[in-house]
Amino acid sequence: MSTLTYDVAAVRKDFPIFETGIAYLDSANTSQRPRQVTGAMLDYFERYNSNIHRAAYKIAEEATERYEGTREKVRAFINAASTKEIVYVRGTTEAINLVAYAWGRKNVKAGDLIVLTLLDHHSNIVPWQILAAEKGARIEYVDIDEKGELRQDQFAELLERGPKLVAFNLVSNALGTINPGREMIAAARKAGATVLLDGAQSTPHQPVDVRALGCDFYAFSGHKMLGPTGAGILYGRRELLEAMDPFMGGGDMIRTVSVEGTTYHDLPWKFEAGTQAIAEVIGLGAAVDYLNGLGMDAVRAHELDITEYAYEALSDVDGLTLYGPPPSRRAGVISFAVDGIHPHDLATIADRDQVCLRAGHHCAMPLMTRLGVAATARASFYVYTQKDEVDRLVSSIKDAQRIFA
Amino acid sequence: MSTPASAEDQFYREYIIDHYKNPRNYGRLDHPDITHEENNPLCGDVVGMDFQVRDGVIEDIRFHGRGCAISQASASLMTERLKGMSLDDAKKIDKEDVLGELGIEISPARIKCALLSLKVLKVGAYGLADADEE
Repeated sequence: MSTLTYDVAAVRKDFPIFETGIAYLDSANTSQRPRQVTGAMLDYFERYNSNIHRAAYKIAEEATERYEGTREKVRAFINAASTKEIVYVRGTTEAINLVAYAWGRKNVKAGDLIVLTLLDHHSNIVPWQILAAEKGARIEYVDIDEKGELRQDQFAELLERGPKLVAFNLVSNALGTINPGREMIAAARKAGATVLLDGAQSTPHQPVDVRALGCDFYAFSGHKMLGPTGAGILYGRRELLEAMDPFMGGGDMIRTVSVEGTTYHDLPWKFEAGTQAIAEVIGLGAAVDYLNGLGMDAVRAHELDITEYAYEALSDVDGLTLYGPPPSRRAGVISFAVDGIHPHDLATIADRDQVCLRAGHHCAMPLMTRLGVAATARASFYVYTQKDEVDRLVSSIKDAQRIFA
Repeated sequence: MSTPASAEDQFYREYIIDHYKNPRNYGRLDHPDITHEENNPLCGDVVGMDFQVRDGVIEDIRFHGRGCAISQASASLMTERLKGMSLDDAKKIDKEDVLGELGIEISPARIKCALLSLKVLKVGAYGLADADEE
C-alpha cells in the first residue's frame, strides 16, 4: 500500500472516538483503539470469559488458545525466532524493570558501566539508576547534538570503556528522533555489551525485526499500538532468558512446588506469575492483526506524510521553535515551543478547541534539562491522523497567540 | 468540558494575561524575614516569595518564578492581596479564596498551577512543612 492509496477516512471509521469531534494529537502518549480491538475484548468477556492454562472445559480452552495465539502474532510481528522469547508484561516499564531485576541483579557488578542516552524515557533510566545504586555500578549518558540526534562519536568513546549494558530507545518519545539502532547495537555487541532496546515508540510506527536489529532485549507497550493498557511485551534472546531467574514468584510460573522448594516453568511462563491480563492480551493480538492489515510500511509512509505536513505548517507560525531532527529522520512526533506562551497554557487553549495536545516534560527530564526548557508542547500522529487535525492545531496556536498578544 | 464560542474566553481573562505579562511585586527583597520557594515538578512551574514582616503585618512582599500564566498570575494576585495584611489574616486564606480571585474555571489538570502560590504562603508563613495545596 502506498501513501496514495492509504485511506485515512476509512481507517477513522474503525475508531468510534472520532465521532466526538476531537483532534487527537497525543498518540505517543497512548493511542486510540479500533472497534476490532475493543470487540475482541468484549467477545472474551461475553462469550468465553474464564481463566487460562487450567482448562477442564471448552471456554477455558478457547481463552487459553486466544491468549497464547497473541504470542505467535507478536513473534511474527517483530520477527523473533520463537514464542519462547515473547514474555507478556504490563508494558514497557515492567519489561525494563524485569530485565533490570532478573538479568541486572545477576550480571551487573560493582564498577560496571551502564550506557544510556539523554533521549531516554524515565522508564529506561530509573530502573538502571536503582540497579546501579544497589550494585555500585556507574551510568554514563550519550549526549545529543543540536539537531536532537545522539552523538555517535561520544557513543563510540563510551563503548571503548567496555560497558556491561547499553540501553536506549529506537525512537525518542520527546523529540521523535529515530536512532540508528542497527549500527549502535552492532557496535555495542562488538564491545561486549548486552543491549536492551526500548521499542515503545518504534513498534507502533515502523516495521521491526529484532533479529535484524540484533538486540538482546526489546520492550514495548500494547497501548501505544492500538491495543489496551495493561498488555505489553518483553522480547529476550532465548539463552539470556533461560539463564535468568524469575522476576516474580507465584502461581502459573512453577512446574512443581513443595515445602522444600520450587522448580520453575519453561519459557516464557517462568516470567508470568499470577493470573494474567487475559482480555488485554487478546486485545493486543487484535491490534497486531489490525496493523498487519494496514501494513507497517504503509503506516510509516502515512505518518511521514503527516509529519512533513505538520513540520511545514508549524514552521510557518511566527515565534514557534521546533525541536529535533527533520521529518525524514523522525517518527510522527513534533515537540515545539511558542514564544511567550507556556506549553500548559497552549494545551489548555487547544483543549478548548477539542485539540488534544501534550504539554510537559514527557517523562524525559534529563533531555528537557539538556534543551534548557522545563517543558515543551508535543503533537504526535498515528494511523488515523489526518491533515485537518494538524490545521486545527495551527489554528489553536494562533488563537493562543491572539489571547497572549 | 464545554467549548466557549469566543476567543476572549473565560479561561484567560484579560487581567490574568495582564498579571502574567506585567507581574506585580516581582523581584526579590534584600533582607526578607521569610523567604520560601516551591515548584511543581510535573510542569516546571516555580514560585518563590520574600516577606518583610513587622508587628505581625506583611509590610512588603516580592515574588519570583517562572511557569504558566495561571501559576504566575495567581502569584501576582496573591502578593497584591497580602501586602499590608496581618499574618493572622494571611493564614485564613484558603483554596476557595485563591480560585475565587482568579475568577476562572480551573480544570483538574491545572489546579496545582493555580494553587502553587498558596502553597508558598502556607509553607513559608505558616511553617507547615507538609502543607497540602489540595
